[in-house]
Amino acid sequence: MSEVLVLVDHVDGAVRKPTLELLAIAKRLGEPSAVFIGDAGKTAEVAEKLKAYGAEKIYAVEDSQIKGYLVAPKAEALQQLVAKTSPAAVLIVSSYEGKEIAGRLAIKLESGLITDAVDVQEGPVTTQSVFAGNFTVTAKVTKGTPIITVKPNAATPEESAGAGTVEEFTAEISDAAKTAQIVASQPRKATGRPELTEAAIVVSGGRGTGGNFEPIEGLADALGAAVGASRAAVDSGWMPHSFQVGQTGKTVSPQLYVANGISGAIQHRAGMQTSKTIVAVNKDDEAPIFELVDFGVVGDLHTVLPAATEEINKRKG
Amino acid sequence: MKYVPDATADRQFESDNTVDRVGVDGLLSELDEYAVEQALQIKEKAGDDTEVTAVCIGPEKALDAVRKALQMGADKGIHVSDEAIAGSDAIATSLVLAKAVEKAGPADLIVCGMASTDGGMSVVPAMLAERLGLPQVTFASVIETQGDQVRIKRDGDTATEVIGGTMPLVLSVTDQTGEARYPSFKGIMAAKKKPLETWSLADLGVDAGDVGLSVAWTEVEETTARPPRTAGEIVTDEDGSGATALTEFLAAKKFI
Repeated sequence: MSEVLVLVDHVDGAVRKPTLELLAIAKRLGEPSAVFIGDAGKTAEVAEKLKAYGAEKIYAVEDSQIKGYLVAPKAEALQQLVAKTSPAAVLIVSSYEGKEIAGRLAIKLESGLITDAVDVQEGPVTTQSVFAGNFTVTAKVTKGTPIITVKPNAATPEESAGAGTVEEFTAEISDAAKTAQIVASQPRKATGRPELTEAAIVVSGGRGTGGNFEPIEGLADALGAAVGASRAAVDSGWMPHSFQVGQTGKTVSPQLYVANGISGAIQHRAGMQTSKTIVAVNKDDEAPIFELVDFGVVGDLHTVLPAATEEINKRKG
Repeated sequence: MKYVPDATADRQFESDNTVDRVGVDGLLSELDEYAVEQALQIKEKAGDDTEVTAVCIGPEKALDAVRKALQMGADKGIHVSDEAIAGSDAIATSLVLAKAVEKAGPADLIVCGMASTDGGMSVVPAMLAERLGLPQVTFASVIETQGDQVRIKRDGDTATEVIGGTMPLVLSVTDQTGEARYPSFKGIMAAKKKPLETWSLADLGVDAGDVGLSVAWTEVEETTARPPRTAGEIVTDEDGSGATALTEFLAAKKFI
């Protein structure tokens, strides 16, 4: 069986959940091989985690020479690994960085690229959700090695041990790839809540909050959810851009999305419409968001949310 | 810049699974307006001998997108139009764009929007950088230029980053860079006199066999309109009933 390369998405060796989802998808397509580009000191710890989720092989690429040079060196390293392993597919998380690596890799390998898959099955055949979720598209790569970027929550991580053989790989990185540099990096302040794009539940607030996000945060904490915001809330300066859900912010695809005081402009819908269950609370009974919901409350979020939060906390005991 | 079907209109696919670009009104992709705006601001800061050239690939109607950029203040417009391009994927699009940029160049900065508002892949800037052998600084929310140095701030996936590079480079910008200007009456009048060229694939030295739907490196098998969501239950909050109903719903769905 051919290998399937999975690029490991991690923060200083902490493997992020979407990578485990990719390993589950890789198993459907062939033999999962993870590619860890990072600090050699973290390899053992990373490999243990990847092995537990089915990685047969882990290619460890030490990044001390290329760290800080953005995506071009990572694309080069992957190109060389593809040449070595002739994989059935390359799977990468659909993040900004992931898509850029995939874009460069596609040109280097003269291979087709599919982005933002919400499902991948044998073939590989991908499923994408386009035009603000109004259409579902199935597609496949017809030239070269299929390169596919996959959205978080497209699969459920599967705990099943793979062989987990670690193989060190030395990539030859050209000077040309080291031309755009990360000058400074400020990790996002930990909120204690799940990361927005990975979260199973997202509670968002919009213009209707009037700038008071306490009811949103309260409900989010009761549900163990991430907090999101609409563009209106971000443009008003109430929340940082990193919280924005929508076409020009983050796209999320959680099990449950709760939109509060959000009218549901097309740009916002584009970022959340693939959520499995959608709930909205809005004073305006004509808000377009109500066209999408599984459950809606016409009412003031400032009274509905705190009361619901209290009831939820009571039920949890 | 990309000419796209209006996102607020009813977007459809053709029988060959390409995007319907005829039946739906098109316009300059909103996210590319921010790119034009930033190019103009960089030019205004840099001084007189800096020129902004707007490049757009697309059918005849895509000329409207080039005109809009000229009206906003771009100095020169290039419209790449050739029937063979129809149905091109991002790979072929980046090839045509790279050739157009080389022919128009040499450019110090190639400014793009963060994504198109139709396909929304957001990979063309990276592909363009790869093809041109240039660095990329992308998804900028704040841009600073000084001489040939470019520094941007962006909200990465897990961190806020400052990224630096030396021109020439490819830059992509988000809607956080600031509102795009509206063309003034003066701008609209001035645009009529600005140079506007239309190039074919032959002008660019691109083989028609390297672009278009038939040679795309990916193939759409099927497009399905999502069935309209069955109307969910909607309740009106009265004396706290909304909170109770909401809690019941979440509990029934096992979210609590």
